[in-house]
Amino acid sequence: MRDIQELKEIARELRIDIITMVYNAQSGHPGGSLSAIDILTVLYFGGFLRYDPKNPWWEDRDRFILSKGHASPALYSVLAKAGYIPKEELSTYRKIKGFTPDGYSRLQGHPAWQGNKHGVPGAEASTGSLGQGLSVAIGQALSGRLANKDYKVYVMLGDGEVQEGMTWEAAMFAGHHKLDNLIAILDNNNLQIDGDIRQIVNIHPLKEKYEAFGWHVIEIDGHDYQQIIDAFTQANQVKGKPTMIVAHTVKGKGISFMENNFKWHGVAPSKEEHEKAIQELTTGGV
Amino acid sequence: MIAEKIDINKLPKKALRDTYGEILVELGKIDPEMVVLDADLSESTRTHKFHVAYPDRFFNAGIAEQNLIGIAAGLAYTGRTVYASSFAIFLAGRPWEIIRQQIAYNKLNVKLVASHGGVSVGQDGASHQMNEDVSLMRILPNMNVIVPADSIEMEKILKKVHWIKEPFYIRMGREKFPVILPENYEFELGKGYVLKEGKDVSVIACGVMVSMALQAAYELEDEGIDVEVINMSSIKPIDKDLIIQTAKKTGAVVTSEEHSIIGGLGSAVAEVLAENYPTILVRHGVEDRFGISGPAWEVMEELGLSVSGLKKKIKEALTKKVR
Repeated sequence: MRDIQELKEIARELRIDIITMVYNAQSGHPGGSLSAIDILTVLYFGGFLRYDPKNPWWEDRDRFILSKGHASPALYSVLAKAGYIPKEELSTYRKIKGFTPDGYSRLQGHPAWQGNKHGVPGAEASTGSLGQGLSVAIGQALSGRLANKDYKVYVMLGDGEVQEGMTWEAAMFAGHHKLDNLIAILDNNNLQIDGDIRQIVNIHPLKEKYEAFGWHVIEIDGHDYQQIIDAFTQANQVKGKPTMIVAHTVKGKGISFMENNFKWHGVAPSKEEHEKAIQELTTGGV
Repeated sequence: MIAEKIDINKLPKKALRDTYGEILVELGKIDPEMVVLDADLSESTRTHKFHVAYPDRFFNAGIAEQNLIGIAAGLAYTGRTVYASSFAIFLAGRPWEIIRQQIAYNKLNVKLVASHGGVSVGQDGASHQMNEDVSLMRILPNMNVIVPADSIEMEKILKKVHWIKEPFYIRMGREKFPVILPENYEFELGKGYVLKEGKDVSVIACGVMVSMALQAAYELEDEGIDVEVINMSSIKPIDKDLIIQTAKKTGAVVTSEEHSIIGGLGSAVAEVLAENYPTILVRHGVEDRFGISGPAWEVMEELGLSVSGLKKKIKEALTKKVR
């Protein structure tokens, strides 16, 4: 198992991949990818998610669904690092040509399920239209429970995403069915495309809402590695309830001029901005 | 093909949803991976029969159709065969975009089986009368769309498509339909079925309108009009060859469906004819309007979805053909 310093070095590398993918495509969503990447790093490389990149259809694998599918650069960088896809494939993100049998890119703007003809190995659902991933995760968790399998289903939602009513239908259902093989993470970076969530349509308080729906709720700083590790450890021990990890994060985390600025939700950096970002990520402390 | 002349009013009748409930239980016995979902209408859709037989493999989403579809997708992602049911208005309408993103886009093995399609829902009124579902489903890539004519066909369809690991939308009505197909009938995806041959005009119908088309054809025989009747239950994929063949034979086509004349069977047939063999076409169905409350068959009659309403359309097609 890697220590925190090693995990932080991985996250630094993945941030470079993310910002380079978005720069190369001149399109994509850097802000929400950067807020999520520390959590994904711990999940995939900190010993929590059970997976085998050589066998992406392994029946007993844990599942991870990126419900906030616009953070696809974060997922793709992780899948490359984990060995699902070659790292050079990251250059096909949002491009026509790529690695599918019919010659198209497997790194669609928003993730396509690994069974989709344009899907990427390791993607457990097609996402991008917000609000759907939690319900899909419930279906996978129910299926595992029915088959007496012990796999966990992890799903990451955005904070703006829970403005979608469907996520509350799902929250009610998961609580009712006491789905303790379901672990959700809410990337609470406070910003949506049009601005500050609290000013557009406030979603808070989150902890009280999910507790009222029958969930075990853990609140953490989503960039503090020890807190992330502790949250996943605790979530794996919870019995009789699904777990919601509300992770307070910074949109654009790690690149000074992107941090906490909603303008960086879905904008690609210029050449100068990309160089500055890479310089910060290369020279900055971790 | 049915040779002898029949009176549909004297035929036995059965609701397709009753057959659905029975066949689900049969399939559940031979396929242990199969699961069934509903959204608080399991008594009406008859999925409750599966619930009683296999309580562990039935999930009720409550009145939450978006979550219903998301969960159905999640179960299908893990390799299960999934049935999800509700009224057509709530199954095809409310969660359409989730059906698109999850079930159609990923070609998931989910059978969406809707009951209470069309205006024969009757007294619940326009809010519950779904006349747009075939259109909504037909436009989705990867989606197969079937509107069975009677309970015999419903059974044959379920037993065949259960083993095809693709998305299906199967549409049933609330009411009992006359049983018109022979016991030895076999459903084939993408194939129409000629119920009665004729040379003057072709009626291509689906759902309950197939039995009405047959009745209309026999009544018009007495007026010297020879009508060909085709059951086009498989609306997507559709039997292009048969449509072109019957158009070449009779030179006039009437489509008949308990659905809007926009986007459903009528449009599907129009597309085939316009691109391959332009032929006089009259679309019989629900006009571009909403329905009304009333007893089922009275509402049908009021909106022209009756044997007499269809006969008028057949004569209209013949008039246009002569001109």
